[in-house]
Amino acid sequence: MYNDIKKVLLLGSGALKIGEAGEFDYSGSQALKALREEGIETVLINPNIATVQTSEGAADKIYFLPVTPYFVERVIKKERPDGILLAFGGQTALNCGVTLYKNGTLEKFNIKVLGTQVQAIMDTEDRELFVYKLDEIGVNTIKSEAVESIEQARLAANRLGYPVILRAAYALGGLGSGFCDNEQELDILAEKAFAFSPQVLIEKSLRGWKEIEYEVVRDRYDNCVTVCNMENFDPLGIHTGESIVVAPSQTLSNRDYHKLREIAIRIVRHVGIVGECNVQYAYNPESEDYRVIEVNARLSRSSALASKATGYPLAFVAAKLSLGYGLFELKNSVTQTTPAFFEPALDYVVCKIPRWDLSKFHGVSREIGSAMKSVGEVMAIGRTFEEALQKGLRMIGQGMHGFVENKELTIADIDKALREPTDKRIFVISKAMRVGYSVDQLHELTKIDRWFLSKLMNIMHTSQELHAAGCQSSAISPHLLTQAKQQGFSDFQIARALGLEETLGSEAGALKIRTLRKQMNIRPVVKQIDTLAAEYPAKTNYLYLTYNGVANDIQYQDDRKSVVVLGSGAYRIGSSVEFDWCGVQALQTIRKEGYRSVMINFNPETVSTDYDVCDRLYFDELTFERVLDIIELENPYGVIVSTGGQIPNNLALRLDRQQIPILGTSAKSIDNAEDRDKFSFMLDRMRVDQPEWRALSSIDDIHTFVAKVGFPVLVRPSYVLSGAAMNVCSNKDELDRFLRLAANVSKEHPVVVSRFIEQAKEIEFDAVAQNGEIVVYAIGEHVEYAGVHSGDATIQFPPQKLYIETIRRIKRISRQIAHELNISGPFNIQYLAKDNDIKVIECNLRASRSFPFVCKVLKLNFIEIATRIMLGKTVDKPSKSIFDLDYVGIKASQFSFNRLQGADPVLGVDMTSTGEVGCIGGDSDCAILKAMLSVGYQIPQKGVLLSTGNIRQKTATLDSARLLAAKNLRLFATQGTSKFLTDNGIDNTLVEWDDAFSLLHAHEVDMVINIPKNLSSQEISNGYKVRRTAVDLNIPLLTNARLAEAFISAFSKVNIDELSIKCWQEY
Amino acid sequence: MTRLRDNKKQAKLVLDDGSVFNGYSFGHECSTLGEVVFNTAMTGYPESMTDPSYKGQILVMTYPLIGNYGVPTCNVGTDGISVRMESENIHIKALVVADYSDVHSHWESEESLSAWLKRNQIPAITGVDTRELTKLLRENGSMMGRIMLEDTPDETDEMDYGSVNFVKQVSCDSPIVYGEHINKKKVVLVDCGVKANIIRCLTKRNVEVVRVPWDYDFTMMDYDGLFISNGPGNPDTCFVTVEHIRKAMQTSDKPIFGICLGNQLLAKAAGAKVYKLKYGHRSHNQPVRLTGTNRCFITSQNHGYAVDQKTLPDDWEPMFCNMNDGSNEGIRHKTKPWFSVQFHPEAASGPTDTEFLFDEFIKLL
Repeated sequence: MYNDIKKVLLLGSGALKIGEAGEFDYSGSQALKALREEGIETVLINPNIATVQTSEGAADKIYFLPVTPYFVERVIKKERPDGILLAFGGQTALNCGVTLYKNGTLEKFNIKVLGTQVQAIMDTEDRELFVYKLDEIGVNTIKSEAVESIEQARLAANRLGYPVILRAAYALGGLGSGFCDNEQELDILAEKAFAFSPQVLIEKSLRGWKEIEYEVVRDRYDNCVTVCNMENFDPLGIHTGESIVVAPSQTLSNRDYHKLREIAIRIVRHVGIVGECNVQYAYNPESEDYRVIEVNARLSRSSALASKATGYPLAFVAAKLSLGYGLFELKNSVTQTTPAFFEPALDYVVCKIPRWDLSKFHGVSREIGSAMKSVGEVMAIGRTFEEALQKGLRMIGQGMHGFVENKELTIADIDKALREPTDKRIFVISKAMRVGYSVDQLHELTKIDRWFLSKLMNIMHTSQELHAAGCQSSAISPHLLTQAKQQGFSDFQIARALGLEETLGSEAGALKIRTLRKQMNIRPVVKQIDTLAAEYPAKTNYLYLTYNGVANDIQYQDDRKSVVVLGSGAYRIGSSVEFDWCGVQALQTIRKEGYRSVMINFNPETVSTDYDVCDRLYFDELTFERVLDIIELENPYGVIVSTGGQIPNNLALRLDRQQIPILGTSAKSIDNAEDRDKFSFMLDRMRVDQPEWRALSSIDDIHTFVAKVGFPVLVRPSYVLSGAAMNVCSNKDELDRFLRLAANVSKEHPVVVSRFIEQAKEIEFDAVAQNGEIVVYAIGEHVEYAGVHSGDATIQFPPQKLYIETIRRIKRISRQIAHELNISGPFNIQYLAKDNDIKVIECNLRASRSFPFVCKVLKLNFIEIATRIMLGKTVDKPSKSIFDLDYVGIKASQFSFNRLQGADPVLGVDMTSTGEVGCIGGDSDCAILKAMLSVGYQIPQKGVLLSTGNIRQKTATLDSARLLAAKNLRLFATQGTSKFLTDNGIDNTLVEWDDAFSLLHAHEVDMVINIPKNLSSQEISNGYKVRRTAVDLNIPLLTNARLAEAFISAFSKVNIDELSIKCWQEY
Repeated sequence: MTRLRDNKKQAKLVLDDGSVFNGYSFGHECSTLGEVVFNTAMTGYPESMTDPSYKGQILVMTYPLIGNYGVPTCNVGTDGISVRMESENIHIKALVVADYSDVHSHWESEESLSAWLKRNQIPAITGVDTRELTKLLRENGSMMGRIMLEDTPDETDEMDYGSVNFVKQVSCDSPIVYGEHINKKKVVLVDCGVKANIIRCLTKRNVEVVRVPWDYDFTMMDYDGLFISNGPGNPDTCFVTVEHIRKAMQTSDKPIFGICLGNQLLAKAAGAKVYKLKYGHRSHNQPVRLTGTNRCFITSQNHGYAVDQKTLPDDWEPMFCNMNDGSNEGIRHKTKPWFSVQFHPEAASGPTDTEFLFDEFIKLL
């Protein structure tokens, strides 16, 4: 190990976004752990306040600041680290590091880049250098032409011949890339790509080839191992982040496998990687011809997956190698006896499945292709492919039960749906098999390898056998039941296939199968992931369940000294890294209190699925069935359902019915808060106000109700039926149109309509109670008025603009509710406040999204307190003074609209953000400035395009316009806005819509303020086109008057050079 | 498509300690007997099954999904070497897997694994908890086992694996010449059950290879280098070979290179002892270190016996060491061009990281 490295700076990846998500919390946390073990002082820059890596004790100094060259340089000036790690914060950290290297900052401050050197990074990132570098060792790459104008792009495409693929250089997750079949498509895509990158690559398409990845590790002594290889279920053409991925590869022979392995090692040696690296191949399915697609000289989503798939802690090892260790000097952390220099042997199969949330967006295409749109992923482990796949499809959590026995999908043209895949691809295949498509036909249409398709066909055949058995109403044979379970069928799927759901109902049907199979002694067994396929004993408890086995790998103590924490599942819009943080805090507290901590979760991008954060990790489903299986084996002291978001919360009542001990707030109370009727009735009884609402089952009833409460109204269609977003309707036309489009109103699926209160403040109350008495709390205030989903809103904490009386009332009501529901544990209440008039919107008896934010700003760990309470320990109330802060925290949201072609980038009542940051400042302005810069906004230098909505919004943004004008920015305004500004004495240039687009394309404006007139966002208007163009051209866009005002006011009052550079520990 | 269980016989593996593992037959329907060993490689079943070193053994694959890419051609090329296989025959006594894939998909596949097994009359079981079986072998050591099928009589005899001379069964009957040419260096290859890829690795380096039977007295031959191959079973059964090697070392300083059993035979010829490992090394991920350096390699291995390093005479030294359990992975003479390795630099199947050792050998000629 190098001994001149005493202090190391690690760059995080910032807010979660499509293409750069929780995997970097995992990588960064591991790296910090590796550094800490060596006694090295660690400095972390990451504004993502909800992460585990930004928790107390993870790094010595944590800066909640933007990961941009400007701020990183300022931190460097202050901290003077000896070394810097660039490989653990995704593309964000890598790009930032390359800039700091190129502009001489790293050299100036004498900072050593640890691990792979920047030149090697540039050799892999710059396409031309990359091809040149690989040519030197005779390795085939996809010959692409780097172009710097649309004209050059056209010429290159003509030379190569269509179809071509177009990629932006230096971009993460295939941003701005896609296939073009002709010149028109090329023109459109090229313009977008040039907005993100000065260099665009055109290359020949290899659609239909296999896509294979290798994760390679190399130390400074030139020792190399390939830790894992992976094969995409979908052939080339679908981004690896959009494809089902299996590990290890399934259709490669030994020759194939080792040919590609050998090339990967050759590349890694030649490029000079020290640490971890990912090599992606296109592989011809009918020869041994290959192309290297890309090389990622950093930890990646794939490396996180490979770590979880194999049990080999890639990021931890990479960090140690960066410090100068050799692989032979490190131990295999699973066996603790053998060295880290080895290649894991798997004795199971792993299946990664992406999670999309495309239904949350208006206008986005459902097709999947070479750009990434998924927001999260799951990993399923099985001992047959069928088992892993069906588990994985349940884990995705969008109402699917596996490959079969789902709600019937209506597909107009199956052939077309197979040829042009969407986020429903796998279910289209299921449907096609159900109606009789053969494996060969499916292969022709999808190019998916016949092996995968045949395995899916096995599932379909078992389903058909089950259906046949159900029709004959004969008792199901143990033989068939075993076969189904070994192929990953859930009890529910079997019950449904047998027709038991109709006769008994869904839950009773599934439970009947459960009883039946237990009688037949058909039970899952627990197996260990041990990196060496049982060749050496494992010291860790990294576990999964399977029906393909006869014995458990571990022995159960049965001493009721374990506590099971249910995790939060796949990252998705509305539930991501914040619940991972909560889960990890709960696990740590459980250990501290002397219990064995047990985690159930299946998200490979998390820290909670790291086998060393708990005593036992079940990397498995969070379905009722599987949780019950595990609890029966563990026989725990209790189960915690309140730190993993909505998935565990929804299981509370069902587990309670099976006499499972739920720790903390009772399942009945959880139900009383979750059930809209019960909760509403309770509030009425307590004389606590709430916005008027009704669950209505006919159009007439809706109109009658609206006539009474008046427009606007908030309309929530039944999710099960439409999957559509909720919406605010301002008038009868909008209401009728929305009901027609999105809602199918009926008795079974009522629509919830509530009065929508305009210009109301929205307030978050996060707290922990013990036996109905509040122990700690935090009140957060939304910057935006109600109407923006709380997950998208900008939150300030402590509140800066609330009346004292409002706060007093909120505290009083919260105390009443905590008492009434006898809460013991974490909870959150959302309030509306208008002129001290307080209404309760909803109440969740679990940790909320904002817990890590308020805990870190307050420096008080609510989850630790809550967990102790749930374990029955008494906790003391912290002194009042702790709630008195002389600084402000701002939580701002990160949107990924640039990834979602066509999506209307406007905020509404349904959540669309993919991540968040939290920054701390001496006052609101400083905090908001740091936060907005952290989520990618820039301070405009040239001009601003304004169209500021209706008269009320125009008035609200008038001061902002004045501030912008005072900064000598050119203001361009569309008709109504221009007149309004002129009338109020603000100089501006009137632009017609067409001219507005030209301004954007010419990049003459570097900020767009576009506030939609009304609250529904269905229509394709000029406003939509401007918003979308701004996003596509990477021009900062503000669509909310209050947020625009806050941001503009902040950068007008505060010069960024004056922002204090203080780490969390200094506040 | 028909599913396996509908038309396949139930079968079981019965170990000498009485443990029983149930499954279904997907190979030839007969009973058999062999030493049960596990291999943790995730690819390469056709190569392993045709590797003569597995003679007399029942092979358990720990990777559950087997058969996915079918079986490539069994043909022998114009150079007299198998095109894709490691020899012309399947040598394992039986195959035990967890989840045999009856559908195979690969452009080089000529038949299914099941069809190939049946054609060669080798029994096979699927549906076995191979992880549990492996743990048992790890804890109790390799042991004898029997494959038994429902409705099929048990026709197995008793067998003591350690006392059978398997080398005799797999070696060639008379010398065979590969890449014959007057101007080439000549390597005598002592065939104790040589893998085809060893011959390929030598001939592609432009040498003439004279493959001789295991008990052939090559000491009178005119050659530039001596190669001692891999092979099955207990090295003590190859007394004759050891004698020949010893004689060669006494009479000439010509380069010697040995692989696997070749390592053990060379060690024995040098005067060292060999012992049986508890459950052997059979995998693609065995880490070895070149003694006295920081150079480490991932190797392909398949052996049940090892050289006892402590018994090496003074003029010999360990060359490679296993980083998992510290066992010997290669020896070399301190002054003379004689060396051997316990792992398989020719790979096939497995990682190709140590193929450079053939270059080292050729350089010495």
